[in-house]
Amino acid sequence: MNRKITPYALVLPAWAWLALFFVVPIGGMLSLSLTTGNVVTGFQQTFAVGNYVDAVSTYWEQILRSLFYGACATVLCIVIGYPMAYWIAFKGGPYKSTYLLLILLPFFVSFVLRTISWRFLLSDSGVVLGPLKSMGLLPEGFALLNSAPAVILGLAYNFLPFMILPIYAVLERMDPRMVEAAHDLYAGRAQAFVRVILPVSLPGVFAGVLMTFIPTSSDYVNASVLGGTHNTMIGNVIQTQYLINNNYPIASSITFVLMGLLLIGIFSYARALGTERVMEVHA
Amino acid sequence: MSNRPRANSNLPLLRGLTRARRSPLVLPGMTRRRTLQAGGAAAAALALSACGVGGQQRDPAASGDYWADKERTGSLRFANWPLYMDSDRTQLQQFTEATGIEVEYKEDVQEAASFFGQIQPRLANGDDTGYDLMVLPNGFELAKLIELGYLVQLDHAKLPNYAEYAGETYKNTAYDPGNQYTVPYTSGITGIAYNPDYIDREITSIADLWDPEFEGKVGMMGDAQEIANFGLLLNGVNPAESTLEDWEAAAEKLREQRDAGIVRAYYDQDFIQPLTNGDLWMTMAWSGDIYQQNAEEGTNLKFIVPDEGATLWTDNLMIPYTSQAPVDAIELMDFLYDPEIATGLTEYIAYITPVPHAQEVMAEWADAEDGSERGEALREMAESSLVFPSEGDYQKLHNYVNLEADAQEEFASLFHEITQS
Repeated sequence: MNRKITPYALVLPAWAWLALFFVVPIGGMLSLSLTTGNVVTGFQQTFAVGNYVDAVSTYWEQILRSLFYGACATVLCIVIGYPMAYWIAFKGGPYKSTYLLLILLPFFVSFVLRTISWRFLLSDSGVVLGPLKSMGLLPEGFALLNSAPAVILGLAYNFLPFMILPIYAVLERMDPRMVEAAHDLYAGRAQAFVRVILPVSLPGVFAGVLMTFIPTSSDYVNASVLGGTHNTMIGNVIQTQYLINNNYPIASSITFVLMGLLLIGIFSYARALGTERVMEVHA
Repeated sequence: MSNRPRANSNLPLLRGLTRARRSPLVLPGMTRRRTLQAGGAAAAALALSACGVGGQQRDPAASGDYWADKERTGSLRFANWPLYMDSDRTQLQQFTEATGIEVEYKEDVQEAASFFGQIQPRLANGDDTGYDLMVLPNGFELAKLIELGYLVQLDHAKLPNYAEYAGETYKNTAYDPGNQYTVPYTSGITGIAYNPDYIDREITSIADLWDPEFEGKVGMMGDAQEIANFGLLLNGVNPAESTLEDWEAAAEKLREQRDAGIVRAYYDQDFIQPLTNGDLWMTMAWSGDIYQQNAEEGTNLKFIVPDEGATLWTDNLMIPYTSQAPVDAIELMDFLYDPEIATGLTEYIAYITPVPHAQEVMAEWADAEDGSERGEALREMAESSLVFPSEGDYQKLHNYVNLEADAQEEFASLFHEITQS
């Protein structure tokens, strides 16, 4: 094999994989989102753009709510995850990999099970609320489970490692001498952080946001396990339309609407952050 | 219970599994593991999507023709819900001893909708589904299977036990008139369960679920049909005869209940845990779950059939038309109607058997085992109205709304709009 072809040959399986298992199904879904009919009579390709109108007009509330919950969970992940990543990267010493393993430990347990266990945590007289109520810090009727905060907390908990890891990876590669240089130039600790560490770590934050915002916005497990009334997310709707109602056209339309919104969100976010800064490779 | 196989002490919690309608579960309260199943549905969707697909309907062959050339094969594949038979598959062993037919038992039905999604494309192509006998509830999926002509018309000459022992309620079911395609496997009641530790009065009616006193402590079911039935019964409408206006009126009532903050959440089948720990004080519930929870965990949950009535749901045995062993399958169907066999099955699953005579058999077993733990349990079960509803209870039990595919969509979206707010 000559030298020109080799790189292409090496990457061919990956492209074939993507084409076969991503592009083809997406194409199928796109075609499906423009059909009319039902399972019994079959679905006819009628290019029914009306499906999209129906999907948005019926479910705009759940769509907006999903983006909102996803955004809240993402912010929560940054607030909790950034200091954690920082601490492991700079103070972890020889135990860095142990700490990382601890962060990944929850992944050894099924996602659904971990979410279920939050029910026990958050139940009205459970581990968290029970003691607070008996100390009189909370009213007897206070409930957390089956509410929006419970869903957002669950989302943040489930996707936290996806925020920590990319931030950690960037900070860990950072040359500590850069911080020293900042101090040499009379920057205080706060200044050094704001002017040196934060900008360097932004690509990590960006990657972390992608890895948390996208899955949290389209998640359906947390809402169904921890949510109550008026907490339904768009993922639950898609799942119901697909698996319960077999309404494939509407389910596919919602999927594409959600995809479109997420893409728009991500691109404007990247633009705001300054793409060249984000995409820059940090040696 | 020493010689009686048990799954494990979590059984009651797991019990909901057998009734999973919207969610497959493997663990207490765990509701969705649908990522995998979504694959099946998506595959079905794609199979149908290829630039639109013509009608899927087939014309079922007349019963006589179908059975004319079918022979026993000596083995069959049986798809059932998890925990719907003891782990030793006692009844299947007895079947093999009696007939020599080997049964490959698969707990493959985790949820009706996704199971339908899995078998539908194969049936549409006339391919083998991998099953000769399967169990599905009287819901939308069954209606679709019948409508599509995917089920074998049963030859009732081959079902003598059914003819002799099935209770009247199970002989001409509303969702399958004349039981042409299905015979009941087991039934249950959707009624109201409440926790007397938190509620100090008798709960007697569906209207109690609307009582503002219980704000935020009431559980309802997320399944469109289950919840619709309760809204309809509240308005004094018989679900099986309901019209579009009735549905809308029922939906209105359910919406009021939700928006008044009375409903805490809509549950699939994970209502037992919250009911036990006080997050819920009362909830729509399935009879077998409550029976099991009380029997196994010593809880004191109450289950009632409300004054307005409740619904009787049934899981049914059916043979897909591409079955490789229909004769063996129908033999097993009939075998499960032998009162001794039905009693053994009921002892394990604690749901309602379609064989009323099982109650007498169970009482005889209890006498024979008198004084032992198993004898006690059998006695208690034989006398339980949750497992053997009285004639009066049956008077109050209704069938579900029965819908054609095109009406299903309207119905489902009306009620999902409430549960998926």
